[in-house]
Amino acid sequence: MRAFTYERASSPAAAATAAARNPEAKFIAGGTNLLDLMKLEIETPTHLVDVNGLKLDTIEATPDGGLRIGALVRNTALAADESVRRDYGVLSRALLAGASGQLRNRATTAGNLLQRTRCPYFYDTAQPCNKRQPGSGCSALGGFSRQLGVIGVSDACIATHPSDMAVAMRALDAMVETVKADASTRTIPIAELHRSPGSTPHLETTLAPGELITAVTLPKPIGGTQIYRKVRDRASYAFALVSVAAIVQRDGSGRISLGGIAPKPWRVEAAERELPRGAKAAAAAMLDGARPTPENAFKLPLVERTLGAVLSEARA
Amino acid sequence: MPNPGDLEWNRRDLMVAAGTCAALPVIGEGAYSQPTPVGTPVLNDVSFEVNGEQRTLAIDTRTTLLDALREHLHLTGTKKGCDHGQCGACTVIVDGQRLNSCLTLAVMHQGSSVTTIEGLGTADKLHPMQAAFIKHDGFQCGYCTPGQICSGVAMLDEIKAGIPSHATVDLTAAAAVTEAEIRERMSGNICRCGAYSNIVEAVTEVAGRQG
Repeated sequence: MRAFTYERASSPAAAATAAARNPEAKFIAGGTNLLDLMKLEIETPTHLVDVNGLKLDTIEATPDGGLRIGALVRNTALAADESVRRDYGVLSRALLAGASGQLRNRATTAGNLLQRTRCPYFYDTAQPCNKRQPGSGCSALGGFSRQLGVIGVSDACIATHPSDMAVAMRALDAMVETVKADASTRTIPIAELHRSPGSTPHLETTLAPGELITAVTLPKPIGGTQIYRKVRDRASYAFALVSVAAIVQRDGSGRISLGGIAPKPWRVEAAERELPRGAKAAAAAMLDGARPTPENAFKLPLVERTLGAVLSEARA
Repeated sequence: MPNPGDLEWNRRDLMVAAGTCAALPVIGEGAYSQPTPVGTPVLNDVSFEVNGEQRTLAIDTRTTLLDALREHLHLTGTKKGCDHGQCGACTVIVDGQRLNSCLTLAVMHQGSSVTTIEGLGTADKLHPMQAAFIKHDGFQCGYCTPGQICSGVAMLDEIKAGIPSHATVDLTAAAAVTEAEIRERMSGNICRCGAYSNIVEAVTEVAGRQG
């Protein structure tokens, strides 16, 4: 690990200022992803801004009947929150499907959104990777790509976003609140937080340098049957091959977001019109434009079948 | 060199000596490419409680909580397995919650209260979870065991606190202590020897006694 200086931030704006001042600075909260990457020298910050002391760890109701989740709320606490379990079950289920008890106790809401891909070539510093080293090439395209993306990918990168939580938040139309170094704040729809890789897969989000996520808000509950189904190589403690976050209403309408297949939570609102016609039609519409590798083409029928199982469960 | 016949020569000492011997030929050999400069080490002060005792360290910012416990405080009960949060051997309890001590920095724990396997029980007065692991033979080589035990203790507290899991059938009801719940909640602790069924029995017995 490279040496770095360390400070504890005193306020969100001060944290943003400290991070914006040094292009090689990083925020650290749970640290469960960042420290892993620092040990491998994939991330090499020269300065860490510890945001754990900021009072961003509460969950509270918003005036419009929604929920405001502080950026530092741990994944365990969010999954266990009474109103999340009651009104946003898909979020609780998604969180509980991810990582391990130990990791969920540390991992934060904002950190989960910003975690980096688990593409094996991103992790292997002996291999070219456009995300890790821009312009070096993509080893995954002709390599072992079973776990990797099938849609929304580019010639430069087929990595997936590994989060389960974000997939549920995408279905719930979450909004991401931030503060910048100049103390200005803004709210970003979660659909606009993660970038498509294009020719610059190292640029993963639309956040400005030093911009700090302070909260995630959820609109008021929309009811429905909420399901998160994750298909993976082990029964627990593994990343998704395919996951489906679903909110299905009694009339058969609903919202679907997919994980494990794209560089961001994958939701195609127009495709949701097909839901009453069944999983085959809806999956086809959601996966229009997919470009899988021979190794991960199985994910296309797997999406359709997982969605089929979810819709059956919702109707039961 | 210690006397080879000295029975006080324990496994820890042996491992340290073996590591030193193995490292020696590498130094000065130049067979490996020049390592990249890592920058000047930065020392920070941090103070936290470990097993009820206040400890203060002036420590390289890069030091994980795991390395602080093992290398600086010589509490070697906590094990380093993968060092990447994948195996759970380094699990300790911080402020009542289990975590992977390899994936958190010591300097991030100013004012924290840390409990390691050494703080759970002693050879004379075992923690009920330690006793249950022995009774049910919940280990073979024992390397994952301190992490398994810390995880098991904190995990039962999580169930008591009403935290659900992937195995919880009804999110709006309290989780039951079933085998499926225990297996799911312990999935962050890998046992290379495969002692899982006995580990589940040990945890189940302690859960039953608490219930």
